[in-house]
Amino acid sequence: MNPAISFPKLTLVELRKMVDTRAGFWLQLIVAILTLAIVILVCIFGETSDFVFRDMFALAILPASILLPVIGILLVSSEWSQRTALITFTLVPKRMRVMSAKVAAGIVLGVAVLVIALVVAVVAVAAVGGAWTMGAAVFGQICLLVVTGMLQGVAFGAAFMNSATAIVLYFVLPFVFTALAAIPAVEDIGKWVNLIETTGPLTEPGMTGTEWAQLGVSLLVWLALPLAVGLYRIVKGEIRAA
Amino acid sequence: MVSDVSFRCEPGTVTGFLGPNGAGKTTTMRMLVGLSTPDAGTSAVLDRDYHAIPNPGRHVGVLLDASAQHPGRSGREALVISARMMGVPDARVDEVLTLVGLDKSAAKKRVRQYSLGMRQRLGLANALLGDPQVLILDEPANGLDPEGIRWMRGLLRDFADRGGTVFLSSHLLSEVDAVADRMLIIGQGKIVADGTRDELLAGTGVLVKATDPRELENALHSAGLTAQRIDDGAYVVDADAEAVGRAALNGGVVLTHLAPSEGAGLEQLFFQLTETPA
Repeated sequence: MNPAISFPKLTLVELRKMVDTRAGFWLQLIVAILTLAIVILVCIFGETSDFVFRDMFALAILPASILLPVIGILLVSSEWSQRTALITFTLVPKRMRVMSAKVAAGIVLGVAVLVIALVVAVVAVAAVGGAWTMGAAVFGQICLLVVTGMLQGVAFGAAFMNSATAIVLYFVLPFVFTALAAIPAVEDIGKWVNLIETTGPLTEPGMTGTEWAQLGVSLLVWLALPLAVGLYRIVKGEIRAA
Repeated sequence: MVSDVSFRCEPGTVTGFLGPNGAGKTTTMRMLVGLSTPDAGTSAVLDRDYHAIPNPGRHVGVLLDASAQHPGRSGREALVISARMMGVPDARVDEVLTLVGLDKSAAKKRVRQYSLGMRQRLGLANALLGDPQVLILDEPANGLDPEGIRWMRGLLRDFADRGGTVFLSSHLLSEVDAVADRMLIIGQGKIVADGTRDELLAGTGVLVKATDPRELENALHSAGLTAQRIDDGAYVVDADAEAVGRAALNGGVVLTHLAPSEGAGLEQLFFQLTETPA
């Protein structure tokens, strides 16, 4: 019997699926344009105090960190919304293998975007003669922010198996929490589960132990939980694409 | 709901899976390729559980739903994705595109712009991509024009004649009748008939026509033969030609047609077997 293709090759196929549709292509083009626009504008109109490598990098990664999770969502949910799951899972019946390749593809895209943002930031800081301050901790934290964002997209796509639902909830749920935080009882919970609050400290140096714990709890709720639920449904359930 | 569906498809043959919509054809096929799990029972393709085939695309060509393609991808890109997933070279994509009659400009178009017939051809191309020994096709003739249906029959016949196994479903008798070596009829989730065309036809009686249908009906009735009227004044009679001939002679009826019921009998059988109780 013919052997299955290797895991890296399967991951490459999943990466290809991210860019070979109009939605994927335009999303990434928009991210690229926004990144360049923001960095160039800051270089022209910014204060000298803005010209710091660390801040420039955080700025260059901003559009990607907001929009790229949508690619992660679509990578999973479009298999159902566009009904390609029927083909994907007949060609690779080991469903967990497909899902692992999607997770891997999400991480690869996240890393690729980080590298590009880093290059853009280097060029920008060199062009304006800024300060080369970075700090390993902040660099690592920003990488974490981007990669967990991608994975959160994959998780939402898997949990809802529907593009529209997953994208809307991905963007709306955090704001719901922010709004609910007006209620004093919810405010304390929000500090532990509201991703907008818990990921905030990642772009600044000197994160405290409590902040790390709050980040961990919120990632558990918004990443690990939907991913686990989604994987369970996909691996154990029927592949329906209506 | 499907229960008690047992069958085996032999290499070198085309097996037609026939039944009205909702009879359980798609469900059976989905279980065969592991998209659904049966509560009881097993299935095997090439003598093993579908999940245990390491690279199924290279052994089993599957077309479950021609519309299940990403509308934003070009036809060629859809096939390239499948080709990479089963590890066949991109050159094979162009081969199958030619084979199913999708030219370069059609292959470049996005699937969104495809007619159902073109999607069906693309789905068939996708199934043939890995040069499989087995084809599992759900309603492959759906949406094809008569020319396309004839072309597909030729393709499937040729595939089987070269030693391949074809299992295709349809809700239309004529589509299956023209190409299948063996027919499997399913009604309400159960196999109700299984055999070659001739086996199924044996005992379906004769088709008879007369200049005056009413007189024919009376003559048959007098002879104690059960006749069922089908369209254009023809009757299918559950008896042999001699008995019907004698009945006509006794009744003084002029026959214009008397022959084994063939397609008409098959059609009647099909409706009888798959009838939903009121």
